[in-house]
Amino acid sequence: MHELAITQSVVDAIMERAAPARVNTVRLVIGRLSGVVPESVRFCFDLVTAGTPLAGAALTIDEPTGWARCRRCGAEFVADDLLVLCGCGCADVAVDGGDDLRIASVGLVPAAETS
Amino acid sequence: MCETCGCDDPTAPPRLTSFPADAGTEGRSGHEHRHEHPSAGAGAGAGAGAGARTLLLEQRVLAKNDELAGATRAWLTTRDVLAVNLMSSPGSGKTTLLERTARDLAGQWSLSVVEGDQESVRDAERIRAGGIPVVQINTGRGCHLDADMIDHALRALEPPRGSVVFVENVGNLVCPALFDLGEGARVVLTSVTEGEDKPLKYPHMFAHADLVLLTKCDLVPYLAVDVDRCIGQIHRVNPTADVLTLSALHLPGGTPGPPTETGLVAWYAWLRARRLGGDTRLRAGAAGGV
Repeated sequence: MHELAITQSVVDAIMERAAPARVNTVRLVIGRLSGVVPESVRFCFDLVTAGTPLAGAALTIDEPTGWARCRRCGAEFVADDLLVLCGCGCADVAVDGGDDLRIASVGLVPAAETS
Repeated sequence: MCETCGCDDPTAPPRLTSFPADAGTEGRSGHEHRHEHPSAGAGAGAGAGAGARTLLLEQRVLAKNDELAGATRAWLTTRDVLAVNLMSSPGSGKTTLLERTARDLAGQWSLSVVEGDQESVRDAERIRAGGIPVVQINTGRGCHLDADMIDHALRALEPPRGSVVFVENVGNLVCPALFDLGEGARVVLTSVTEGEDKPLKYPHMFAHADLVLLTKCDLVPYLAVDVDRCIGQIHRVNPTADVLTLSALHLPGGTPGPPTETGLVAWYAWLRARRLGGDTRLRAGAAGGV
């Protein structure tokens, strides 16, 4: 399950950027064509954040729609998976969105609440 | 199990064992990996400083892995080393193909191997028996190799200039697809015994392959598998992938097969072309033979 390693990467990157603040919200973008299962990341998140400044943080995951572009006719269309056919019948399509896997933002806890 | 990363023990990082070409020496344990577990409570409540605010990151999750992979790729390129990332489900024949490839090419090319498995050094021992330098990475509970592991393995291997390094990834058709290792070629194996529909079931793995090898083709006469249909499924997911059919061991019928009749010659020709690819200098004789 690579989501465990993915979630660890998320937490490591946030701790690097947000330290020494505590983090109470995390917003991720996991596109539908990214190859990562959001539910698995949710499952791993509490495990991986335990004992870190992210412990207890609320996790929000945006799941942008996948888009594909036909290399033959240039049409762009919504793609739920990588096995798509263009309306022109061509299978030679390029992913053109929805393969994002990134940390959008984090919310930092006010100093007064971190005593 | 460590609650932080899922490994067996927080103090048990992935293990790296080197086997130099001169068989007989004990494998030596190499690196300390850089995976650090934050101590409980570290940083918590450590003066946030400012008031409540949102920190915009817009950072790719795998940025660190990809940066390291990019550095590895640049280093390999300057040394004229081709690294080939071999991926497949367990039992597709990666190690058998490497044993055979080493046997057929070792006299002509300088080869080395990085083996990735959750446990054991069995594959490394098989490769070492052929006289090829090999480093075994044991990932514990990890399901894939990443750029950091390869960075350490290459430091241990020190592949000579102009050589070929095969990286045998952990047998898994899902996770390794996501992690760039800095390789120069991505090769996915799928054996005829796995059926025709693996590309459709695991499209992420096949979508970014430079080459797909359909292995164990000597068994086709005994199976209800349609090779053309399987190749069609591969191209459905990845229209530009090269596809080769081969058997690393036998001809149909079970007799040991020479490279010319088992599809292996095409595999070696593909590797040769890949070694020369992107290099405008004509290096006559650099990849001759077989």
